[in-house]
Amino acid sequence: MKIRELTALELGAKIKAGEVSCRQAVEAYLDAIEKKDGAINAYITVMRDEALARADEVQAKIDAGEYADSPLAGVPVAIKDNMCTKDVLTSAASKILSNFKPPYDATVIEKLNAAGAIIIGKVNMDEFAMGGSTETSFYGATGNPWDVKRVPGGSSGGSAAAVAAGMAPYSLGSDTGGSIRQPAAFTGLTGIKPTYGAVSRYGLLAYASSLDQIGPVAHDVKDAAAILALISGHDSKDSTSIIEEAFDFTDSIVEASDFDADGKCSKIAGMKIGIPANYFGEGLDTEIAASIKEAAKALEAAGAIVEEFEMPIVDYAVPAYYIVACAEASSNLSRYDGIKYGHRTKNASDLVETYYKSRSEGFGAEVKRRIRLGSFVLSSGYFDAYYKKALQVRGLIKKAFDEAYEKYDMILSPVSPTVAYEIGGQIEDPIAMYMADIYTVSINLAGLPAVSVPCGFASNGMPIGMQFIGDSFREDKLVKMASAYQAITDYHKSRPAIFADEA
Amino acid sequence: MNITDELIGYISDLSRLYLSDEEKEKAKGDLSDVLSYIDKLNELDTKGMPEMSHPFEAVNCFREDVVTNGDDRENLLANAPESKGSYYKVFKTVE
Repeated sequence: MKIRELTALELGAKIKAGEVSCRQAVEAYLDAIEKKDGAINAYITVMRDEALARADEVQAKIDAGEYADSPLAGVPVAIKDNMCTKDVLTSAASKILSNFKPPYDATVIEKLNAAGAIIIGKVNMDEFAMGGSTETSFYGATGNPWDVKRVPGGSSGGSAAAVAAGMAPYSLGSDTGGSIRQPAAFTGLTGIKPTYGAVSRYGLLAYASSLDQIGPVAHDVKDAAAILALISGHDSKDSTSIIEEAFDFTDSIVEASDFDADGKCSKIAGMKIGIPANYFGEGLDTEIAASIKEAAKALEAAGAIVEEFEMPIVDYAVPAYYIVACAEASSNLSRYDGIKYGHRTKNASDLVETYYKSRSEGFGAEVKRRIRLGSFVLSSGYFDAYYKKALQVRGLIKKAFDEAYEKYDMILSPVSPTVAYEIGGQIEDPIAMYMADIYTVSINLAGLPAVSVPCGFASNGMPIGMQFIGDSFREDKLVKMASAYQAITDYHKSRPAIFADEA
Repeated sequence: MNITDELIGYISDLSRLYLSDEEKEKAKGDLSDVLSYIDKLNELDTKGMPEMSHPFEAVNCFREDVVTNGDDRENLLANAPESKGSYYKVFKTVE
């Protein structure tokens, strides 16, 4: 048995059974990071000493009978570098926070710690989560473990690359417009963007506060559901965490044993999946379209009801998203002024110049581009034409989803129009880069949950992903359908060559 | 939409960002491109539609006002680029 070949839950079970120690688990991953991360660049900070000390601490508690209800106790985890970790660099992959060590832990970190998780490091991302390729990071691009010349997606590219390469059993990412689901799709992993309000955002460095959610990146739905259950729930420090109780997906996981001899599964029988036919037109890679259609057939064969419908409003999701996200970003990022923390210029002669120069030196090109767009759409004279208009379109998008959920339990759609592309391939063309988010951003605008799962491989060897999109707080249905799919397919079990590579 | 020097200057000031001459030309082009793309929204008639600024309608989430944090000044100041005693240090702001 190799520790790194286990899923997070399997590793947790072995630790509980005393077959693997917490220290062995941590050492296996630290060793993998040392050997592989030179080629991948997933980690910004590796917490070697902290993780080893913590492993002994958690082991002692497990030996004393604690963490009985924590299936992930002792299991290492990598955290996207936009979640505050007390006294550990939290940079958002930006120069402006390249010296920031938060005085507190984010709520999700507190929850992980309380459950006996062992944080082994902070992982790379697009600067302030603005991008879909992890190329805008101050710490350099991250390679896709399936082909290091290609991007791992973004903005949670480090989270995805670390897990896909076997340098962490699971990780936390954040999703503002697709930033968990698209990297999961690009790297053959499972990612969940929870319903807005399901997971506390306290301690998450804000990009767009009405869109951001934290969620898991993992090898399969079982792991992802267990992680989401662990981090979900109301938090008095985040008044938008309106969920009353944490999720419990115990009854939602479908196993291979739930299928009868004819391949039917009573747990998903009669569940209705709507497929927006217009999502499958021009612009979508034909191999991706074919894989998703095949997955739909497999689920139909298992007893789900699959129907096509039209959702033309998606054509307007990207422009509405960029207005809303950039407006909120321009406001949120105004706090980075070089006064209380973060980078302060050395070349200013008065206070206002300190603001301008600290920000101009500290932010990268894409962040500046979005702050300017946000400032513009919120400025007097343009507010009604752009920002107000976008909020109205946002309402239309939500309405279209509400209507769909009157007919369907969930929607099945692509995650990205392409598979992972080569580093440097898109970043110079902002419109092309923004358009690539067409299938993901509408979910954030509407505040809905979605699960991204691997569903095939393109002829160039890159993983293909698809997403199940659910109604608010109906993650249970998504977990049910996605775990049923993984019970009858093996795409989520494939690993890139670098995963096993011990060199 | 044509982005003038004056408009990009105004936006940069709102954003508290400097632009070099070279960056300025690129920023004008980028903004102009993005705005022409965004103009697609005008194809939709949204007259009278409510403005959705948030995924749900919840307002006024009250809770008891309980003091949970202690004196944390040293920890907070540890991140300050410059501090003096128990204060953040900045340039003189009033003459």
